Amino acid sequence: MRWRRARERLIETLIRLSGFSAIAIVMLIFVFLLKEGVALFRTVPLGEFLTGQRWYPISEPPGFGVFPLICGSLLVTIGAAMLSVPLGIASALFISEIARGWMKELLKAGIELFAAIPSVVLGFIGMTLLAPLIRQAFHVPTGLTALTGSITLAFMAMPTIVSITEDALTAVPRGYREAAMALGATRWQMMVRVLLPAAGSGIVAAVMLGIGRVIGETMAVMMVTGNAAVIPHTMLQPVRTLTATIAAEMGETVRGSDHYFALFAIGIVLFVITFVVNLIADRFLHREQR
Amino acid sequence: MRTHAVAMMTAALMAGGALVAPRGSAEELQGSLQIKGSDTMVNLVQAWAEAFMAQHPQVTIAVTGGGSGTGIAALIGGTCDLAASSRAMSDKERAQAAAQGHTVREWKVALDGLAVAVHPANPVKRLTLQQLADLFTGRIRTWSAVNGSARAVVLLSREVNSGTHVYFKEHVLGPGKEFAPEALLMPSSQAIADEIATNPDAVGYYGMGYLNSRNSVVSVAKTPEGPYVEPSIASVQAGTYPIARPLLLYSRDESQGLTQAFLSFTLSPDGQAIVQQTDFVPLP
Repeated sequence: MRWRRARERLIETLIRLSGFSAIAIVMLIFVFLLKEGVALFRTVPLGEFLTGQRWYPISEPPGFGVFPLICGSLLVTIGAAMLSVPLGIASALFISEIARGWMKELLKAGIELFAAIPSVVLGFIGMTLLAPLIRQAFHVPTGLTALTGSITLAFMAMPTIVSITEDALTAVPRGYREAAMALGATRWQMMVRVLLPAAGSGIVAAVMLGIGRVIGETMAVMMVTGNAAVIPHTMLQPVRTLTATIAAEMGETVRGSDHYFALFAIGIVLFVITFVVNLIADRFLHREQR
Repeated sequence: MRTHAVAMMTAALMAGGALVAPRGSAEELQGSLQIKGSDTMVNLVQAWAEAFMAQHPQVTIAVTGGGSGTGIAALIGGTCDLAASSRAMSDKERAQAAAQGHTVREWKVALDGLAVAVHPANPVKRLTLQQLADLFTGRIRTWSAVNGSARAVVLLSREVNSGTHVYFKEHVLGPGKEFAPEALLMPSSQAIADEIATNPDAVGYYGMGYLNSRNSVVSVAKTPEGPYVEPSIASVQAGTYPIARPLLLYSRDESQGLTQAFLSFTLSPDGQAIVQQTDFVPLP
């Protein structure tokens, strides 16, 4: 009897430990990021870092202004969201409400397969097929633009948005659908006026998780956006994103240099952005559960 | 003369090896080497490594790219034995190495010409260094200023971790000048070659080895009076092509026998033949 209780307690402790370790690791990562990144602000003031428009990290004197990079990341992300959100919600509606039988299974499997495509492959397709197409279609000097990045990333956000939205739609009780139909609503009215609001918080969470994936994406975006650190005025200009900057430059920096600290500071900016996005998603998910 | 020096060095190494391992001979040189750095040099260093490993089956050599800065940072950090670099180490990097307690030795192992390339349809086939600087700093924004079409110039550059980027910035743009912020920073020389092949308004630069039939090379002159010179083995060796550079290997001073043997091999006639085979320019 005593042995059993001891075993029970041991297992409980182990599970508790693994639960806490997940939080502890995240905290440690954040502390590390903060420790390395904040060191930059001894030489470059925070305001100058966030609003500066010159990103010339290896010049003398160096320019550590990330404003164009933040603009680049946001523009690509907003563009990707504008493409993937309507498309994603529409295909989720189709899969959960209209498609039946083998078609439904095929579409679900296809979307999941989509999520399995490595980002570098999407980037390669974007670079070799999409970029020349965009250059010719819009008569712009180069096809490596924010729009190219947005389209490529929309393909990456789609699977997340579709599968979570579909889950949310499936979770809406059958009674809602039957009640709407019984009141004489058409299928379209039922979907738009009943299902979407009922699954609303789940859909917002899906969108936020999709956006989180887009903001953090690095490889594909580095290959297709041209990486010029200018403040973009249209979608048809090259941009440089926060993630691509870290990926492209991290290898070159020597530990302890200002450039190294600056890349960690960019990491903090990214962390804050994704944290906010996840926080919003979390709030909506919890509202759904209540 | 050089062959003689190499032979002596090899003999000395053999003797050194013999002291450590009683059965030792040149055939049984063993161990592993990590070489990291310049993307420009990665094919060359890989070819050297393969030939060297064929001669010494007990040796394994791992070659990775990532950019000259990456290699030098790794050498300073102690995560590689040799750094391949297409630019000289900066004073800052030397100071960083010294701070970590390393003295770093430089070995000039080959030459490279930086080719400036445009789309084959672009009528601009010759530029002066000044015009190149004006193009890449953004002072000239349309091709018409250099006798081309009236269309906007698309600048293609490498990322800042590339030795090619740093060399071009220092030797073509000039001290204190910056690339135009509009310049696209491409992740590799191959990406530049690919973009030029599909974009009639693009201009970019890369190591001579990347020249291909889908890009067209620009002749470069130091002054408007000329002569305009195309990058070639002869023009780079003779020093008449204006954008040529030495390719370097860096070792830490305390480096072991194997590192030294590999360095001697790169400078040997065999090693220099490999330089030519991989489209670089052997030392004169």
